[in-house]
Formats: sequence, C-alpha cells, structure tokens
Amino acid sequence: MTSYRVAVHVVPRRGILDPQGKAVTEALHSLGFAAVAEVHVGRHLVIQTAAADAAAAEASVRAMCAKLLANPVTEDFEIASVVAA
Amino acid sequence: MKVGIVRFPGSNCEDDAWHAIVDHLGEEAVILWHKDHDLQGSDVVILPGGFSYGDYLRSGAIARFSPIMNEVEAHAQRGGVVLGICNGFQIACEAGLLPGALLCNDRGYRHMPVTIRVENTDTAFSAAGTVGQCLTMPIAHGEGRFTADDATLDRLEGEGQVIFRYVDAAGHPTDAANPNGAMRNIAGVCNAARNVIGLMPHPERALEPLHGSTDGLVLFQSLLATARA
Repeated sequence: MTSYRVAVHVVPRRGILDPQGKAVTEALHSLGFAAVAEVHVGRHLVIQTAAADAAAAEASVRAMCAKLLANPVTEDFEIASVVAA
Repeated sequence: MKVGIVRFPGSNCEDDAWHAIVDHLGEEAVILWHKDHDLQGSDVVILPGGFSYGDYLRSGAIARFSPIMNEVEAHAQRGGVVLGICNGFQIACEAGLLPGALLCNDRGYRHMPVTIRVENTDTAFSAAGTVGQCLTMPIAHGEGRFTADDATLDRLEGEGQVIFRYVDAAGHPTDAANPNGAMRNIAGVCNAARNVIGLMPHPERALEPLHGSTDGLVLFQSLLATARA
C-alpha cells in the first residue's frame, strides 16, 4: 500500500441557484472585473489515503464522494489530482 | 403514544419537542442518544432542530450516519412515523428518508415568524389541520431552501407529498412570503409512504401565548389523532 493525496472539487450543480457564487460575482463586478460571467463557490477537499495504486486511490475517493462528500441531489464533484504523498 | 426524540451533538430543540409531547399532549417522551441502537419502544421518532455536528460538510450530512439512524431508518421502513424539524428535516433528506435537499437560503440566515399553509392532511403531522389552514410559527435557519429537480417536484405535487407551503397573510404562496428561496414555496414534505414528514419551521416553538402563536399545537395534536385512529 502506498499513501496518496487525492484532491476533490465539490461544486453546486449547474443550474441550481448558488447564492454565494452570485454574491461573489456581484462583488467582483463592483470591483471592476466586468468580464466575470459567473462564479461558483464549492468545497476543495484533500484526502490522504492508503491504496494499492493511484487508480485504487481515486476509485476509493469517488466512493467517498458518492456516499458522503457530495450530495447527489445538488452537487457535482471532480477529482482534481492524485499524487503519491 | 411514546415519542423518541434523538439528541445529536449540536441538537438544541430536543427539550422543546419533549415539552410539546409531555406537557402539551400529556404523552410519554424519551430523549434518545445518537450513539445508541435502541428506540426504547418509541411509536414516533422526532429528529429535532439544531446544528448537528456544527453543520460541517453539509447540514445533516454527518448526523445521518449516527448509529441510531440505522434504527430510525428501520422504523421508517416498517411504516413508523418519523418527524424531522429544521435540522431534523435536513438529516432526513441526507438519509434519503425524504426527497430533495435543503440548500443555503437565497438571502442568508433567517429567524422570523412565517405563515405556512396546510396543503395536505393525510399525514401524522397534519391530520388535525384542514387543507388551506394558515399557521404562524417561527423559522430559524440558514439552509432551508428546498431543492429538487422538476420531475421530483412534479411528482411531490401530484402525489400530495407537499404538506406545507410558505404563504403571505392572505394565504398566497408569493415570492415575498418565501423566506429562503425554497422551490415552489415548499416548507414541508412527506415521503411516498407518507410516514416520514419534514418541515423547516418550528411548531415546537409555537405552543403557548408567550411564544406569540399557539399554531404549532395542531401539528402535534395530529400525532395524537393518528396514534388513536
């Protein structure tokens, strides 16, 4: 077993109202960043876990997302990186 | 009737629920510790309001894996009544006992009296009311925006699973009367089997003149009416 550090992004599903993202978008506009179309605020999780290889570490974190880390009704997740730790 | 009220770390409305059952209904209530595996013979289980696990990750997401939730889910599958109030509603949704999810309000934390309209009386927490009846009780939450996809919402409406809706003083479900941006002004729903009910407002904080409203009584009296039916 090797130790891996797996990073995950969990974000509100597109089309679902994201009040935090909307407030940040408006703040950026008021600061002059007029080109900003939209912002989505989510969570970034870093999970250190033991696994046989990188693929197994990723599969394990995907299962964690499905069960706990993301809400299947309202959120999407993507694995940002898998690195040996 | 014996009512079990689950205390999670961070629950803060369990004593109010106990007060409603014992002092207002004159029935038996017991506080159940979340790490136990015993409902102690409860006929009804209440998942109370509060901030279980500090609302970490998502409201209710961690509490739904508390040990006693195995017994609560088994109780629900047997047809036993489960009632989720505020954080308890969030926990029930996270556990898949109720459809949808409760996301952060579209206008931040809200604590205020609201008016809700009884949409359906075919549940153990609305049976003593009448359809169209308007009730006043407080809300106090930051994450109460009921959200589901359109197909789920249409199914809930079609099957009479929308139990309470936020309305204005005239009984209309307007945007202005919606305190959190809930889809279709939904304040409370039940599951397909109708034995699990969740709502964001706090009927246990609207029982006595001192509370400013006694409208919560009709919902608790529904438990009794159902138990005796």
